[in-house]
Amino acid sequence: MLKHLLQGLRRPLTEAAPDADPALADLAATLDATARRRLGRSLAIRQVDAGSCNGCELEIHALSNALYDLERFGLHVVASPRHADVLLVTGPVTKNMREALERTWRATPDPKWVVAVGDCGADGGVFKGSYAVEGGVAAAIPVDLVIRGCPPTPTQLLQGLLALLTPPEPPPSAG
Amino acid sequence: MSAHYRRTQVDAAAWEEAADALVAGETTLLSLWAEIGCVHMAVLDETGPDAAAGGGRIAILSLDCPDACFPSVGRRHPPAIRLERAVRDLFGLVPEGLPDTRPWLDHGRWGEESVPAAAYPFLPVEGDGLHQIPVGPVHAGIIEPGHFRFTCDGETVVRLEERLGYVHKGIDHLLAGAPLPAAARIAARVSGDSTVACSLGFARAVEQGLDIAPPLRAVWLRAVMAEVERLANHLGDWGAICNDAAFSLMLAHCGVLRERVLRTAATCFGHRLMMDRVVPGGVAVDLDAAGLAALHDLVALLRARVPPLVKLYDDTASLQDRTVGTGRVSPALVAQFGAGGFVGRAAGRAFDARRAIGDAPYDALSFEVPVLQAGDVNARVWVRIREIEQSLSLLEQLLRGLPTGPLRIPDDDLPRGSGEGLALVEAFRGDLFVWVRLEAGQVRRCHLRDASWFQWPLLEAAIEGNIVADFPLCNKSFNCSYSGHDL
Repeated sequence: MLKHLLQGLRRPLTEAAPDADPALADLAATLDATARRRLGRSLAIRQVDAGSCNGCELEIHALSNALYDLERFGLHVVASPRHADVLLVTGPVTKNMREALERTWRATPDPKWVVAVGDCGADGGVFKGSYAVEGGVAAAIPVDLVIRGCPPTPTQLLQGLLALLTPPEPPPSAG
Repeated sequence: MSAHYRRTQVDAAAWEEAADALVAGETTLLSLWAEIGCVHMAVLDETGPDAAAGGGRIAILSLDCPDACFPSVGRRHPPAIRLERAVRDLFGLVPEGLPDTRPWLDHGRWGEESVPAAAYPFLPVEGDGLHQIPVGPVHAGIIEPGHFRFTCDGETVVRLEERLGYVHKGIDHLLAGAPLPAAARIAARVSGDSTVACSLGFARAVEQGLDIAPPLRAVWLRAVMAEVERLANHLGDWGAICNDAAFSLMLAHCGVLRERVLRTAATCFGHRLMMDRVVPGGVAVDLDAAGLAALHDLVALLRARVPPLVKLYDDTASLQDRTVGTGRVSPALVAQFGAGGFVGRAAGRAFDARRAIGDAPYDALSFEVPVLQAGDVNARVWVRIREIEQSLSLLEQLLRGLPTGPLRIPDDDLPRGSGEGLALVEAFRGDLFVWVRLEAGQVRRCHLRDASWFQWPLLEAAIEGNIVADFPLCNKSFNCSYSGHDL
């Protein structure tokens, strides 16, 4: 039985990488080239839920399943901000989570990037304007990249994270 | 059809009598919430003539609080304690006699002045050689935030105290005054993993308040989505629980199956989690022929793939060694707290809103409500496995009997009236209670009580006497919602 089930996973379930999203590539092009070189093709990601409805967490979880297989790209989720290059932050940033988010950010060594995930992470989403939320990740810590969606699909998340890893195309030479 | 109930304006004496019935176990607390100057309590009478069939009657008691206080129910009935702490935090009404006067959702950060987090006094634990382990709010995995304070004697947990409220978004406040479409979008995001159930509960409560009935096809499509959501979550939980017992093979398989479910949902309804697909007045999308075929394929796939995984779970002694006897909750506690879902049904409480309330289309469908007695992690896994099988059967019946016809009452045609409505729907993790008051077609007050409210406290009991290393396993087997609780 066990052998049979192990065999079942050996079939190639993992799918091809998604095409680059041009909009995200443009955003990523603004990232510091030096930092990008130093980090190479490997990123340690620390996920921080700053008040999401948990929809974004479900899709971030899905990145680790056999079909998306996040780790083949050199992306892996780590358990501590001290080990992280990237903070993947979801939620509208509740006032009750703001300090914890700031402390997590301070605990992450430089160079570091912050990716705001979801419509809530972008600007607070449907919770914008509430007395209890800050209204997006950028209201608490500096944000380098925004992956919108409610929630973003695993494919959209992958496109965003790969944009961090892939150097932008050099501009076409004149003439 | 929807949940029938009566709401009665009561005086303090009748309020106390209702508390007496809760203490005596004659009724079960469904929720306790407030408005400005008024507090409400919903109770379920499970002893009535419908009780044998798992049915029950719902009553709401309302007590005016001209002096901004009310007699505490939590003083005598512990399941009300956190609800009453939340009432005080959000509406300023004081539960008189409540022994726990600490704030719950209010961390002192909503106003101008900020109270340091360290000011929260955890309950004292005394004894030789005890040590504490503070965990969270930021956890090591991809999980929602909350704080757990463990007091341990060596490896053994003597006490766990939860501190929640970190993801409080002010949902009650946002819903008040919101037009229906905006309110429906907020309700859909109370707990993302239960988005269909949240939307369904909100829609049903609104429809009862406006005295309208959604088209029959919508009623059936809602149930299709609800069962697809249940499948996705149960598969995800099953894999994740086994993974927390270091058996990652199950997570790999369940993760693939969960992904198949979500992709089918996207094919059928245009969104992997089916967010905003259930709306007041009906459903937002139809199921076309391609979608119908995709659902049939999904059921066939799961019918083939799940049984070998069940056998694997059952045959793996090293896995059973971790789940059997771990994180036990007694049937008495489950009954007292009225805990629903796999937490309740793994410990002898047969309540399932699909059966007890019998809303259409479940009144026309054949299904079993699996109930076990052991109350441990293993029992909570088995309830999920049995419910996966039941949901597959329900999907087959739903697809076979899917009526034709319109999908929804358009937003513009919804009455702009006033009224009150209630719904009790079965989300994957348990019964979700929704009460809404509408004025001129807008939400005046809406209260959503996730099943987690009565499950979180039992996790504190489940971990007692277990080792620290089994906490993730216990926690995952409960899989309570932080967002659904913190609102």
